[in-house]
Amino acid sequence: MLELKNVNTYYGNIRALKGIDLKVEEGEIITLIGANGAGKTTTLMSICGIAPPRSGEILFLGKPIHDMKPDKIVSLGICQVPEGRRIFPYLSVMENLDLGAYLRRDKGKIKKDLDYIFELFPILAERRHQAGGTLSGGEQQMLAISRSLMARPRLLLMDEPSLGLAPLVVKRIFEIIAKINSENRTTIFLVEQNANLALKIAHRGYVMETGKITLADSADRLLNNEEVRKAYLGI
Amino acid sequence: MDYFLELFLGGLTRGSIYALIALGYTMVYGIIELINFAHGEIYMIGAFTALIVAGVLTLMGWNEIAILVIASIVAVIYSSAYGFTIEKIAYKPIRKAPRLSALISAIGMSMFLQNYVLLAQTSDFLPFPSLIPQFEFLEPYAHIIRPSELVIYTVTASVMVALTIMIKFTSIGKAMRATSQDKTMAALVGIDVDRVISVTFIVGSATAAIGGVLIASHIGQINFYIGFIAGIKAFVAAVLGGIGSIPGAVLGALVLGWTESFFTGYVSSDYEDVFAFVFLVFILIFRPAGILGRSEAEKV
Repeated sequence: MLELKNVNTYYGNIRALKGIDLKVEEGEIITLIGANGAGKTTTLMSICGIAPPRSGEILFLGKPIHDMKPDKIVSLGICQVPEGRRIFPYLSVMENLDLGAYLRRDKGKIKKDLDYIFELFPILAERRHQAGGTLSGGEQQMLAISRSLMARPRLLLMDEPSLGLAPLVVKRIFEIIAKINSENRTTIFLVEQNANLALKIAHRGYVMETGKITLADSADRLLNNEEVRKAYLGI
Repeated sequence: MDYFLELFLGGLTRGSIYALIALGYTMVYGIIELINFAHGEIYMIGAFTALIVAGVLTLMGWNEIAILVIASIVAVIYSSAYGFTIEKIAYKPIRKAPRLSALISAIGMSMFLQNYVLLAQTSDFLPFPSLIPQFEFLEPYAHIIRPSELVIYTVTASVMVALTIMIKFTSIGKAMRATSQDKTMAALVGIDVDRVISVTFIVGSATAAIGGVLIASHIGQINFYIGFIAGIKAFVAAVLGGIGSIPGAVLGALVLGWTESFFTGYVSSDYEDVFAFVFLVFILIFRPAGILGRSEAEKV
């Protein structure tokens, strides 16, 4: 579904991605794990067109997307729940959700998706008129996920959804991620520092170090891999 | 009492014009954090466009109201085209450069436009036809309010209402608010950020042009330099109200208009500008974010 071929991305003169090769198949949960500064967020930003690669190819459903503008990429069905959630703080919960469906024109289905989201996260329905910035961290994460679901993505990119949240909330968020994948057949590309949790719900995983992919395997095997256990699972 | 009322209404007139210009400053700042110093020139170009169109139509013997309407429409279109083009050639290429570069580019653009109009139109004050008709029902109050002032209030109020509806309820308005809060995230939900920026420049330029036409027909003369002082005053109004905030710009403009008007009327007209800027200094000391501005507080 999504394929990165020898992708190199720079910030100024700094080479953040050094020839990334990566594949995401339709319907799976893929996880990308690695330490701080390894280039995980940059990988997602390159896919979304925010930090376009200087060389290499990114293909979505066989078509090159690496020189498209971010809004075009979203219109193809790639959505991101970015690191730090990035809720529009002065817009209401409702307006944040509306913006998720910014490119959609099918009013009836939008309404249905909204009902589905309020069923998934009843707290958001309760707070729909509240400004996004006044929600708690966990609620903001729920809102960020919901906002991206409002776009009906085919591929959902998630950057550190567990960051800064209480363990119970994290558990709930990961249940939802698994549910989105199994119920809606949404393909999920999950970037996480919490490698243990990520590998448990993912089908396959990639390990990243200083701008390079160093390991690629099924999630089970990565969980039992000696190096991964030492470096990322703390066992 | 009549004198007070006259000053009050005079202040409202000034304030309305400042507000129409200040909107452009505050909207552009809200979206790309740039003080568009060429904005005053857009207002001046609006007035000149209206003058030229009005001149041609007068020669053709059209009636006053038709001339006013058509001249305003042409001025709005022309100024919007200028605003759009300025952004594309002077700001967009350096959007990722340090803030100072864009500011210098804006000042350069302002000087260029002033001198361009100076060369094309001479430095003399040109008479602007008074296009606004006399209203009979206003005659008993002629010593307090002029017909052009009534038109200025009405038009300004309508523009504000239209703009509020646009920002609050339309899809592009929502996109503008989202872009001003987080450009990257706006792009990630599928908003074409470049288009939002263009629309912002177009809308801001259009309101400035309306202000230009109104004040020119109220005062009756224009030259190439009117954009500078009006631009600076409107900028003060925008900062006063809290730059980036639309209601703030309107409030700041009205406060500034009244301050100037009352001070001129009761104290001295020689120090009109001095007082406006002293007032700005005090506001900035005691409320740096402006009257309605929000101080930055981010939750991570």
